Amino acid sequence: MSSSMAEKKSSFDAVAMGPVASAGAAEPPKPPPVTAPEHDSVTALKANFGDALLRHDVVAGNQHIVFIPPHRNLEILQWLRDDPEQHYNLLRDVTAVDYGAGTPLQVVYQLFSITHKRALCLKCELPLDGLEIDSACSLWHTADWLEREVYDLFGITFKGHPDLRRILMPEDYDEGHPLRKDFPLRGRYSRAEQTRRALSQDLAHYYTELEVSLGGESQALPPMETPGRVAGGETEE
Amino acid sequence: MAKKTVEFSLGRNPEMGVDAKPALGPLTPVEIPEPDIESDNMLVNIGPQHPATHGVLRLVCELDGETVVRCIPHIGYLHSSFEKLGEYRSWNQVVPLTDRMDYLAPLIYNIAYVMSVEAMMGIEVTERCKLTRVVMMELDRIFGHLLWLGTFAMDIGAFTPFLYTFEERERIYTLHEQYTGARITTSATRIGGMMADMPKGWDLGVRAFANGLPKTLDECEVLLNDNGLVLGRTQGIGAITGEEAVNYGLTGANLRGSGVAYDVRKDQPYYDYETYDFEIPVGEHGDCYDRYLVRMEEMRQSLRIIHQALDRLEKEDGPMDVEDPRITLPRKTDAMNDMESMIHHFKLITEGIRAPVGESYFPVEASKGELGMYVVSDGGTKPVRWRVRPPSFVNLSALPKLLEGHLVADLIAINASIDIVLGEIDR
Repeated sequence: MSSSMAEKKSSFDAVAMGPVASAGAAEPPKPPPVTAPEHDSVTALKANFGDALLRHDVVAGNQHIVFIPPHRNLEILQWLRDDPEQHYNLLRDVTAVDYGAGTPLQVVYQLFSITHKRALCLKCELPLDGLEIDSACSLWHTADWLEREVYDLFGITFKGHPDLRRILMPEDYDEGHPLRKDFPLRGRYSRAEQTRRALSQDLAHYYTELEVSLGGESQALPPMETPGRVAGGETEE
Repeated sequence: MAKKTVEFSLGRNPEMGVDAKPALGPLTPVEIPEPDIESDNMLVNIGPQHPATHGVLRLVCELDGETVVRCIPHIGYLHSSFEKLGEYRSWNQVVPLTDRMDYLAPLIYNIAYVMSVEAMMGIEVTERCKLTRVVMMELDRIFGHLLWLGTFAMDIGAFTPFLYTFEERERIYTLHEQYTGARITTSATRIGGMMADMPKGWDLGVRAFANGLPKTLDECEVLLNDNGLVLGRTQGIGAITGEEAVNYGLTGANLRGSGVAYDVRKDQPYYDYETYDFEIPVGEHGDCYDRYLVRMEEMRQSLRIIHQALDRLEKEDGPMDVEDPRITLPRKTDAMNDMESMIHHFKLITEGIRAPVGESYFPVEASKGELGMYVVSDGGTKPVRWRVRPPSFVNLSALPKLLEGHLVADLIAINASIDIVLGEIDR
């Protein structure tokens, strides 16, 4: 493999520094404006939260997207859930989008009202130096795992989340957040180093702190023996 | 801890009369005594390599005696970063990634993905393509439910249905193979159409399968519906109310088992599902038994849709792919004889399809629940973001709630009843 040490080092510097805006920080591309029938909830949102409606896009024919400021997400989500005219009781999805090139990350909420058979998409734009937003866990239990996934793969912190830890990647994964555009496809370590780390994982990382505390004294985990032979030829000695 | 009484009710099964008798098993209510031993709670690790977890799911449970006090699921053992890989592939090249997620119903995933891209690009597929896709999706709904039925029955101690359902699944495998050349990794769809028109006589094969399946379902129901052991292990186990189920984001049969008649095919119809004559079965108690009944009925309803779609398909002999130079390749003879078509062919193959700026969240009713494909384009030939709203992932996140106060043995039954597939949870 031709990757030099310098490359590897700089790659990890990016993790330590966190996300930075590139010089020509552009805006995410906007879909072309289309004429579509009015969406009742968007009209109601305009009436109730006029200044909080930053943008309104219509994509794919009839899908409505509303941009709201991140600090007001809970207030608006709760109103959409509880207002009898809206009643968006099903939180379909929480995810994020990174357009790269230092543009803000978008947190995307897909809502559906089973009562009124209406769908709505809400988006919050988070600048790279402020990847924090309030958790929707208190409104929908669905948000619990979905927000953990966004935290894991994008590095967005959800304030007030009861159990915010990685979900798909290992707990001790330290290469960053894989779905961000600045994350290289094959990860930051070499293949050999990735294998070595996977084989020499500490048993303690298999359990969360909560689980270890539940086990009590008698079930304290034994120290894991370092494997004698590891892939990649890198050893402690 | 409160005393727990388990009662069976045969009257809950709509197929059975009020005075029906269970075939075998415990007839009297069972009272589970309160454990009188003072002890610390115990931590038990189940999985990731455990047959009853249906894949590489790991559950860490805190037990008080045999009662589950708390359950913490761990996932990610199969994580293959499909969504990241998709960002490095052209729009059509993402299709093979989709069937590796839910390998128990791959065609639904193939189709859902291209439907989302087509919605984003504003492409309306041909009538023949729509009908073929409807047949395929309903076929794979049955495909997924049959596996669920076999493994669910096995997990609660009945071995025979597993053999029956796998015999039927083998027939669907053969149909997959006849159409796509592959049994599991079908990759059957392309943006704007299918990989090929259906082979001659394929629809007859589907019809033959659809005619034969009800007999197998009847046989399985004879074995399970009034079986005392099955009733005891499923009724009142893992119950959740409709309101809670919505709050936990449950979809598919898990939600309908709790009495909420939410089905994307009815509530946000696509591909003319509103014109088909079929019903959405709903449960009442939201427990394992109701989820079982709902899925059994769903298979029968899917068969109805298949028959109707095949009837329409017989009369429909239009083209399979859309005629749109942005996405469809020119005919082979044109490409070989005419310079412009050759260049057109070359550009489409080397660069891939170019999707306009935009995005689309497209929900379909998969066999596990609502499957949402979210694609974002910045005008290029690759997705900026391709997100799968995984039904099993969200359904599994409600497992700790469903398990509250149940026994370890119930954990296996509940986990089997929510029908998960780890390939799609971990992606």
